[in-house]
Amino acid sequence: MSSVANRRPLGLKLMLGSFLVLWLILAALPFLWTLWGSFKVEGDFFSRADWMQALTGPLTLAETGSTVTGQGYYGAWVQEQFWRAALNTLIVTVSVVFISLTFGTLGGYALSRSPYRYAFWLLILALVFRAMPPITLVSGYLLPFFEWNLWGHLPTTIIVLVAINQPFTLWMLTSFFRNIPKELDESAMVDGCSRFQAFRHVIIPVMWPGVITTGLFSFLLAYNDFAVTSMLLSSENLTMVPKLASFLGTTQTRGNVMFAVASVVSVTAPLFLLVMFFQRQIVSGLTAGAVKG
Amino acid sequence: MKHRTFFWFFLPTATAMLLFIAFPIVSVVIQSVYAPHSQVVVEVENCGPFGCTRSSSVDQAATRALREAEPLGRFVGLEIYLNRGHLAVNEIADLWRNAPDLATFTNRLLRLPFYGALAFTLTYTALVTPLSIMLGFVVALSVNALPRVLKGPTIFFSLLPMIVTPLVGGLILFWMIDSRGVLGAFFQYLTGDPNLSVKASTPMMWAMLIVYGIWSTAPFAFVVYYAGLQTVPQDTLESAMIDGATRWQRIRYVMLPHLLPLTTFMALIKLMDNFRVFEPIISFSASAHAQSLSYFIYSDLGGETRLLSSAAATSVLTIVGIIILLSPVLVRTWRNFGKA
Repeated sequence: MSSVANRRPLGLKLMLGSFLVLWLILAALPFLWTLWGSFKVEGDFFSRADWMQALTGPLTLAETGSTVTGQGYYGAWVQEQFWRAALNTLIVTVSVVFISLTFGTLGGYALSRSPYRYAFWLLILALVFRAMPPITLVSGYLLPFFEWNLWGHLPTTIIVLVAINQPFTLWMLTSFFRNIPKELDESAMVDGCSRFQAFRHVIIPVMWPGVITTGLFSFLLAYNDFAVTSMLLSSENLTMVPKLASFLGTTQTRGNVMFAVASVVSVTAPLFLLVMFFQRQIVSGLTAGAVKG
Repeated sequence: MKHRTFFWFFLPTATAMLLFIAFPIVSVVIQSVYAPHSQVVVEVENCGPFGCTRSSSVDQAATRALREAEPLGRFVGLEIYLNRGHLAVNEIADLWRNAPDLATFTNRLLRLPFYGALAFTLTYTALVTPLSIMLGFVVALSVNALPRVLKGPTIFFSLLPMIVTPLVGGLILFWMIDSRGVLGAFFQYLTGDPNLSVKASTPMMWAMLIVYGIWSTAPFAFVVYYAGLQTVPQDTLESAMIDGATRWQRIRYVMLPHLLPLTTFMALIKLMDNFRVFEPIISFSASAHAQSLSYFIYSDLGGETRLLSSAAATSVLTIVGIIILLSPVLVRTWRNFGKA
């Protein structure tokens, strides 16, 4: 049903359309460019002579005998053991998502069902915690972690990321839980469920969409983090993003910046798939807090 | 819900936040008033047949013992806050006395590391927040006008700059604007200067970091506004039309007021996020030209010598900054809800 108010003259349509094309080029082209360039040698991707070389790859042809090469990927994944970092990322993200959601659903449910004022102030406190830059917290962790020998291990990083995640998770889940009518758990409790049983067997089953959306954002936070993982993990335990940053320091001088380019593409690929499959959930999650005000 | 049940449900998340958010804040405040022990120096007198010489040497064992006994260091009060690396009170007094005019004073002030970082952080926050919200709004208006088939793919590509890891997004842009990258080559062609390089110029580096900031945060504004536009009441729009409102007037007087709560919410979130700007400075290897408060802490923490006290002092100053930034919201909430 198109309202009269939504009709637009042709000139305006063209203007909006061309603006949108420009925006899409800005948003998407850098990724495609880097994906394409990651299969070239450094001389082509960073060409002093002619930028067209990044597309056609004459030096790649000269050096490897083909216009497409997997050297960057081989160097990063096999030679520099990026697979180890990928494995660590997998462990960290899966654990963070799982623990965050367990803590978050319990807390968020409690906040959404409490009629008392302190529930509101706890949410405000969570907002203040959400505002703290992670790196300021990291400078608070280092000394105690060194003293108690907690530094450098994956479990420490996991629990720290869970904690940093909690304020956001609480906000999001509380707003999802508020949409579920109170009568549902009340009727379950009338039927003899305890509060926890009502939560576990009645509320959580209808909450899955909200839980999945929140889980996506927990995943993104853990996956994208650099401040915490780079400062709290020892070099053999690094996850992908800090490992990638370490390529910049050590290998750029050796002229092997293509390792970094290949790992940038490797880090982006899972995110690409994630957005492709969960676009609807991401959009609804971003707007959940906002639209309802 | 009873207090008792609430307590048990809330316990895990409260413990996590208390231990790893509230406690580190306290720890940072404590660390910032202690400085590391200096080495214990002993003076030894060596007497030989030709008289005595005095030499001083570091007593390693005593130093280690002292450091282990008091890992925090020695109490120095506000000294770290006031030293050259942070608030630089003495240096500023000197500058103020010696600078011929205000411009020179500001110029020299920004060369002090903390004030340089503060200046960049504030500039970045003040420019990126409104500009990305505006860009997001225009993109949302344009996508709203698209036919349904095209909306899905457009939203997909528009989300990418925001979803991608900040460090990675920064690197992707940086490699393109590098003097050997495609955009760098294009800029050199435009200006006719074959030696033009972003890495060599402070204003260009600031501009590129801000462009990166807008690029990576506009999608958030776009998504929120796009969802908000679906809830604009069509009846109001139509009646405004019947009353003779032009297209611009309908945006200005119907849509924008409807979207105002969203804008406040978004501005709040983005202020908090932009104030912690950090990863792009690493991606762009921009630290010679631009440092943010977060990067300042990071560079203190990293490296061979971990300057924990210095990092802690900067952290406390950053947290104070965040609280000042949030205070309007907090005060308003207090007034609206705190009274009852």
